[in-house]
This record gives sequence, C-alpha cells and structure tokens, in this order.
Amino acid sequence: MSTNAITTQKVNFNVFRFNADEDYLPYYEDYSMDVTSEEVVLDILNRIKWDHDGSFSYRRSCRHGICGTCAIKVNGRVTLACKESMTDMIEVFGNELVIEPLSKKRAIKDMIIDKADFWEKHEQVTPYLDTEIDEAPTAENLVTPAQADALDEADLCIQCGACHYACPVVEISDDFMGPAAFAAAYRFEADVRDGNESRLTDVNKMGSGVWDCVKCFECAEACPKEINPIEKIGKLHNMLFQSGKAESNVATRHAVGFEKSIKRVGVLDEGGLVLYSELAGIVKHVPVALKMFSKGKIVPPWGITKSDNLDEIQKLVKSSSTAKF
Amino acid sequence: MGKLKYALFTGCTAKQSTPEQMMSTMAVAEKLDIELIELTEASCCGASHLQDYDDFLSLVLNARNIAYAEKHDLTMVTICNTCQLNTAMTKHRLDNNADLKKRVNEKLEEVGLVYAGTSKITHFLYAIIDDFGLDKLKEMVVTPLSQFNIAPFYGCHNIRPSELQNETHDTPENPYNPSSLDDLIIACGGQTVDYEEKNKCCGFHAELQSPKVAATLTGNAIAGAMDGNADWMVTPCPLCHLKLDTQTGHASHAIGREVSLPVLHMQQMIGLALGCPPETLGMKHHVTKVDFV
Ligand code: SF4
Ligand code: SF4
Ligand code: FES
Repeated sequence: MSTNAITTQKVNFNVFRFNADEDYLPYYEDYSMDVTSEEVVLDILNRIKWDHDGSFSYRRSCRHGICGTCAIKVNGRVTLACKESMTDMIEVFGNELVIEPLSKKRAIKDMIIDKADFWEKHEQVTPYLDTEIDEAPTAENLVTPAQADALDEADLCIQCGACHYACPVVEISDDFMGPAAFAAAYRFEADVRDGNESRLTDVNKMGSGVWDCVKCFECAEACPKEINPIEKIGKLHNMLFQSGKAESNVATRHAVGFEKSIKRVGVLDEGGLVLYSELAGIVKHVPVALKMFSKGKIVPPWGITKSDNLDEIQKLVKSSSTAKF
Repeated sequence: MGKLKYALFTGCTAKQSTPEQMMSTMAVAEKLDIELIELTEASCCGASHLQDYDDFLSLVLNARNIAYAEKHDLTMVTICNTCQLNTAMTKHRLDNNADLKKRVNEKLEEVGLVYAGTSKITHFLYAIIDDFGLDKLKEMVVTPLSQFNIAPFYGCHNIRPSELQNETHDTPENPYNPSSLDDLIIACGGQTVDYEEKNKCCGFHAELQSPKVAATLTGNAIAGAMDGNADWMVTPCPLCHLKLDTQTGHASHAIGREVSLPVLHMQQMIGLALGCPPETLGMKHHVTKVDFV
C-alpha cells in the first residue's frame, strides 16, 4: 500500500445476480459507490451486502488469502477478492467494473458457485502423500532443503479455483482435469516421500490429461499464490518422458518431433512434423493442406532452408540431450 | 534518432507457412528505414513442445540463438509470439540462475559460443512502439485505414505471463486489458473493435492432440470479432494467423456457426497504411480471401 493520502473515487459496479432457486435467468444490478484507495474487492462485496441488499451472497472466510473461498471475476479477470486492491482494478479497467462469479454457468447464488467439478478433478490426481508407512519408525524421515525445493512452491496452493475457472480448456471440455489438479499432481510427484505408481499415468490420458493444455498461460496469470500451474504441467510432461510412461501418441510424437526436425535441418519442418505426429491420422489434414498448398503456404521437405552452421546444432543436440523416447 | 537496427529471429513459420508475413516484415522495415539482420544460423525455438520433451536441450538451443544476436551486439527482434515467449523465457531463466547459465555455457563452449545475457529480446510490435514510436508512424501514414473496423487479436505468448513479457519492452501491457495492438491500429488510422476474445487463446498449441478444443477456441475468436462488427482481424503472431486464416472450416463446425473474416498480420496492416503495394505484402498467400484491398 502506498504511503500517499487516501483518495476516493466514484465507481459503478455492474453486479451479476442470480438465485438458482428462484430465477430463470441471471441479471445484473448496478451499485454506485465511493471507493477509497485503501479498499480491496472484498470490501465492496461486503458493502453491497451491508448497505444495499442483505440477500447478496458470496463466500469468504479468512480475509487473508488463505482459505481460498473468495475468488470471483472482475471484468473477466479472476481475482482473490480479499487480496485484490481496488486501486489496481480501477487502474486496469477504469471506473465501470463488472463483478461476476468464477463461472457463470455454475452459479448457485450471486457469487457462489458449485465447485464440485473442481474437487472431483482434484481428487482424480490422488492429492495426498501415498506411501508405505512404517508404524514403528526408528528414525525421522528427513527431507533435505534441496528435495523440498523441488516442489517449487506447488504446495502453497489454496485451492481457490482461480486458475481452473480461468482455463479455456476447462470451459470447453468437461473431462480436462485443469491447472489446479495438475499443480497438485506435480506437488506429490515431486515429493521424495511419495510412492504412488498411478498418478503420472492418470494425468497422461488424452482428453483429460496434460496433453490437452493449449499453453495459454491464463492459469499462470490468474494464480494469486504465483504457483504458475503451466510450468508444473511442463514438468509433468518432462517426468512422463523421463519415467518412460509417455506412450507413443500424437501428442508425445509431436513433442519429440521437434527434436528430430531440429537435428535434421535446424529449423522445424512443419509438414514433416505433422506427418510424424499423426502417422495415418494425416489424412484428416489433407483438405486444409491442399488449400494451403494452393496458396503457397506449404514448403516441401526438399525446399526447407536449413540453419546455417547446422553442424553446431547437431553437435549440441547430441551433447545436451537429457531425454529419451 | 539514429537508424534502428535489430537482429531478426524469423522463426520457422514465417519461412514456411506464412510467407506473406516474411514479405510484409521486410517491406515495412524498408519503409520505416529499420535495418534487420537475419539470424540465419538460428534454430527452431522449440515452440514450447521441445521444452515438454527436453527442457535443458531447448535452453541450450535458444541460448545459442541469442548468442548470435549478442555477436552482432544487437537487440533480437522476434516476429512470432511463441518464439518471443520461448526466447525471452530462456533469457529470463539464464539471467536469474547462475548455475543454469554455467551449465548451458559449458555446452555452448563446445561449439565456440557463449551466452552473456547482453542482448534484449523484443517482439517487433513493441520495437515499433518503444523504439520507432507510434506518433512518427502516424505521420508516415499515406492511406489511413479509417473506413475499417479492425479487431485486434493479441495472442497469448506476447502478453502472458505478464511479468516476463513486461521485462522485454518499455511500454507496459496489461494482459487483461492490452492496448499495444489497439494503439497500432489507431496509429494506422483504423477503428478498433473491442471484443471479449481479443486477449484469449486461438488454440494453436493443441491443434493436433485436441482438435475439437482448438477449433472451438478459433471459432469463438472469429465469432467475437464478427459480433463486434469487425471488417477484419489483425494479429502479431503467425501461429494465431494460421489458425484464424486457414482453419475456418473446422472452427465453424466446432461452434455450429459459419465464421470467417480476413486476417492480416500486423506487418501487412502497417504496410497498407504506409502505402506499400499489396503484392509486396503477400495478400495472395491467404486462405481466407483478403477482399478489401
Ligand atoms: S495454460 Fe493450459 S492449464 Fe493453464 S489455463 Fe491455459 S490451457 Fe489451462
Ligand atoms: S494453483 Fe493458484 S489459482 Fe490455482 S487453485 Fe491453487 S492457489 Fe488457486
Ligand atoms: S477470504 Fe479467504 S482467501 Fe479470501
């Protein structure tokens, strides 16, 4: 918070209202308020309830960014209401703010949503230490600082769901486990004490697992705890290859295909990559490929300009490779 | 201001499936008197997929690309959002982890190169805004695009993660309410279209493994621009361009609605405004016809 004097400005809040028991459709209500530079978004929710409409509903508990219940959306941006400063919101979006729940289609009452899908997916990754316990241990199970660092702060997750409901793939696909579940999977996979055998295979499934991520970085941007779920997804990808659990499919061949192409020509042979990734599945790309070809958008393998000093690249691929497929 | 000069990392796409982007980059650079030294030694950036397979190798290869820009003592300019992300991410990780940098340099040493961390890496969009200046660009416009409603499509990898991206340019960009491309449209005399999908994902990176999701995202983006009354879309990313320009069939099918709009590369839009002849901008290479030129 700045040391400047407290300032006040008028803000109009356009607030999502819905009661699943009574309303057929949601509607928006306007509340105009003087907002001080000291306030956070949760203060506004409180004031709507206390000063305007006692039936206005939202979740909050700790008011300290710990319980993870107060996440909502402001102008489409996910935010932890108790941590987000109003000054920052006004700076980004101006004085007309739209207040909505994390997921409109899951709304129960105003800001309160049914988070069942989030918890179901969380459960799918076995989100706990799965290990044989010696009931009469003779020594402590020590975890070195370096081993603890490997979690990369994934254990700081407060399950607020901000990343999950910011994820465009979660929005479209009912099966996709989503960034928070993957961050949790990583948290336990990276833990030396864990002995679970199936978790990596569970997140490896096509349609629901890590390969369906579109790499939009919405989750990284959304997380109030800076957990960077997409980075953990990348690490799960790496673990899948390192553990030999990555089976040959279009997604894994697509990743490996980059190395093959770089080794051969330095750059990416785009057509060659699609062919290598898809194998027989290539036929479904033919109609678009023909159109692209007619517009001069497809370079045949023999027309590709190789990188200069290709020998350097080949030498580096040989000496620096750390993965096998 | 002296003549602007950069090391150009073209990426693979501009050299293959978006030749029009390469042509228009060169045409615009010439108009603006910007010198681009092409890094012909560069390899593929790994496009975030090599990173999934072999993270360390991708760092070494990207560090090698940057090392060539450093040899020229120039800022590296990218023309692809995903190249920008992966190259800037490499720089960020190496500059903030001495041990990692040392391990990468041990490899580069084998081929007589070194990564020092002295070159900036910035997308051409921000090079134009930060270094050339939109006011100056505006003065050079000979064909203002004033009759067009233009929908900016930013592309994820130039705006997120914002902490990293904002290290690479001076003009701050907010990923939830980005303005750079809007400002560029205005400088070219056009009207900008505000629509929900402008800072959303086009789906490109899951196209092979998850075609339905990818096509839905593409469809939503074009539909949003159409509903905002756009005459056409513009993007700084060739991968977004590929999705929006060539995949309209799949996209329409996925969202159950016919969607299609001409999509220009940012360089083509600037070129039109500066009076470059359309044939130097490669309009004939589009799958969705550019019918207004
Ligand atoms: S990066 Fe992947 S997991 Fe994260 S929000 Fe985007 S699609 Fe979802
Ligand atoms: S990863 Fe971050 S955004 Fe996602 S649920 Fe955990 S704390 Fe919330
Ligand atoms: S009220 Fe607990 S995290 Fe906001």
